[in-house]
Amino acid sequence: MNPVNYLYLASLLFAIGATGVLIRRNAIVVFMCIELMLNACNLALVAFSRMHGNLDGQIIAFFTMVVAAAEVVVGLAIIVSLFRSRHSASVDDASLMKL
Amino acid sequence: MENLIALLVAAPLLGAVILLCGGRRLDRTGHWLGTLLALGSFVVAALLFTDMLGRDGEDRAMHQHLFSWIPVGGFQADIAFQLDQLSMTFVLLITGVGSLIHIYSIGYMEHDERRRRFFGYLNLFLAAMLILVIADNYLLLYVGWEGVGLASYLLIGFWQHKPSAATAAKKAFLVNRVGDMGLSIAIMLMFTTFGTFAFGDVLAATGETSEGKLTAIGLMLLLAACGKSAQVPLQSWLGDAMEGPTPVSALIHAATMVTAGVYLITRSGAIFNAAPDAQLAVVIVGAVTLLFGAIVGCAKDDIKKALAGSTMSQIGYMVLAAGLGPIGYAFAIMHLVTHGFFKAGLFLGAGSVMHGMNDEVDMRKYGGLRKYMPVTFVTFGLGYLAIIGFPGLSGFWSKDKIIEAAFAYGDGVRPWIFGGVALLGAGITAFYMTRVMLMTFFGEKRWQPTPDPHKEPSAEPAADDAHAGEMPHPHESPKSMTIPMIVLAFGSVFAGGLFSLNESFVHWLEPVTAFEHPHPVISVPAITASTMVVLAIGVAIAWFMYGKRPVPVTAPRGSVLTRAARRDLLQDDFNHVVLVRGGEHLTRSLVYVDHTLVDGVVNGTAASFGGLSGRMRKLQNGFARSYAVSMLGGTAVLVAATLLMRAV
Repeated sequence: MNPVNYLYLASLLFAIGATGVLIRRNAIVVFMCIELMLNACNLALVAFSRMHGNLDGQIIAFFTMVVAAAEVVVGLAIIVSLFRSRHSASVDDASLMKL
Repeated sequence: MENLIALLVAAPLLGAVILLCGGRRLDRTGHWLGTLLALGSFVVAALLFTDMLGRDGEDRAMHQHLFSWIPVGGFQADIAFQLDQLSMTFVLLITGVGSLIHIYSIGYMEHDERRRRFFGYLNLFLAAMLILVIADNYLLLYVGWEGVGLASYLLIGFWQHKPSAATAAKKAFLVNRVGDMGLSIAIMLMFTTFGTFAFGDVLAATGETSEGKLTAIGLMLLLAACGKSAQVPLQSWLGDAMEGPTPVSALIHAATMVTAGVYLITRSGAIFNAAPDAQLAVVIVGAVTLLFGAIVGCAKDDIKKALAGSTMSQIGYMVLAAGLGPIGYAFAIMHLVTHGFFKAGLFLGAGSVMHGMNDEVDMRKYGGLRKYMPVTFVTFGLGYLAIIGFPGLSGFWSKDKIIEAAFAYGDGVRPWIFGGVALLGAGITAFYMTRVMLMTFFGEKRWQPTPDPHKEPSAEPAADDAHAGEMPHPHESPKSMTIPMIVLAFGSVFAGGLFSLNESFVHWLEPVTAFEHPHPVISVPAITASTMVVLAIGVAIAWFMYGKRPVPVTAPRGSVLTRAARRDLLQDDFNHVVLVRGGEHLTRSLVYVDHTLVDGVVNGTAASFGGLSGRMRKLQNGFARSYAVSMLGGTAVLVAATLLMRAV
């Protein structure tokens, strides 16, 4: 199977993730969409690795996973504390940082 | 002996500090302290002089290095003194005449409650003037130069309660500032050209420097000299400076400070010798001022202003001589010294007359004073004979030499022009000085009662004007005033002859200024004879106008020239129209440019940034998702741009 098809799939997944980040208000869903985008990148990286015949892309994919795991820890903690203080997980409610 | 040089300056400086900081407890003794310190400085000068006489001409110069003032890398400014024959001449003149005038001031300022302060300022002046003449580099000279300017300002405005005196002081300071700027530019030019401003190094290096640079330095030095020595075009302050007390006029504005310009030119002789264009400028300035001052002196009725015009004219002679080069330097300095004697004597005489006439300065209200003030009359008369160049007296020897040297300047038409001007000046000098003499001491009494400032003006007009105020009771001045006048009269009579004996003065100065014998275009006896003729004509005209005919108490309208000369030949009007109006127009247009162009650019920039940021802050709406859109959009643009670049 042509590896380019994996890239199409990765682009599709990334577009879905990006759209989700932009249009959804629930912080959990936004968060999951970000994970989707990250994994779309991972898929693309692995596909590139296959296409080029070396392991660079796979190694970077591992890095991405580690960073994503760390991000999940911090991000979920922020969402939990946000929900505790505002009783809402909507990202639009947390809009105090503006002029 | 060399270690004594600093003492010359230290004594009057100490006096100034004590008198100005000492407060009222010195009111009763301060004037004695000031006078003693001035005399002390004179004694030191005399000691140094006798020491100097004991050595050969070439190694008479003495040096004293006090400390290094500003040592920065290659830049070296020292507080160091140099006492050579030229400086010694000045030091003796300054401390000698200065001491006499201190003594005179004890009597003259007796009734002034601020006498202590007056002596403090006089001592400050002496210290600054001595620094000026014994400095061994131009920077230290500049310190003295500014110091005498300050002392002159303080003393002209000493009677600061009179608005005219305060204004005159400011005027003198401002006009001098223009000249000072010339000196500071000259010093900067010297530093960039020679890398030093010590006299010895600068004057030795003139041989290897281009004439253009030397001309620039010379012209800036001339500007400085014009300011300090009241030469055209910076002459306008000297007449007003007569608002100061008379001893100040005698010391600062006749004998010493105003001659600093001549000193500067003579000291920088090597620069001028190598820059003939600058020299020609000096000669022209001297010749113009010589006539200018003389014409002004002819029309003034204020005795001090007439003498001020005369001072200007005589310094014009000195500047003229200093511009002639090696044939003139020695004569410039010789005339400077003799002028120091007779002009200081004349001013002190004028002060004595004013002292006896209730501070009246209008000569039309004098007349017939010779019987009432015999000592003043005789000393003033001797000064008068000396200044007009009566054969045998000081002015004869020094002025005649300058006229001879002027007739020996250059070739072609130059000697005739400048010699002729110098000769004409001698005639006008004879005229205006005879006028002063006749109006003051001869003729009918034209005394007027002085309005008494303490009395209320009475409502009904007084029957007789004589009772409206107090008639003056002319009387001889006290001994403290007459003795300095007598000493100066001796100097006026004998100094010139003494200096000319075997050309002793010229030989004395020769190691410093160099000397060449002038070769006038007409023979020396012919010049002397024509000088005498011109002099006699001047005296005769003055006698015909002011001796034979009675002098009216109110000045007649006079000719156009007389009226112009009464207004100082319209110098103030000229300055007003050209400089003040011109300056106003310049500043107004600059303000316009500033308000429209400069402010327009600045305000426009500020306003555009303000508007832009007002719009941009709307992007900052607090919604995380809109930030995410801009991030995504930005990334998309970057990726698109990168791909586009690749494709191209």
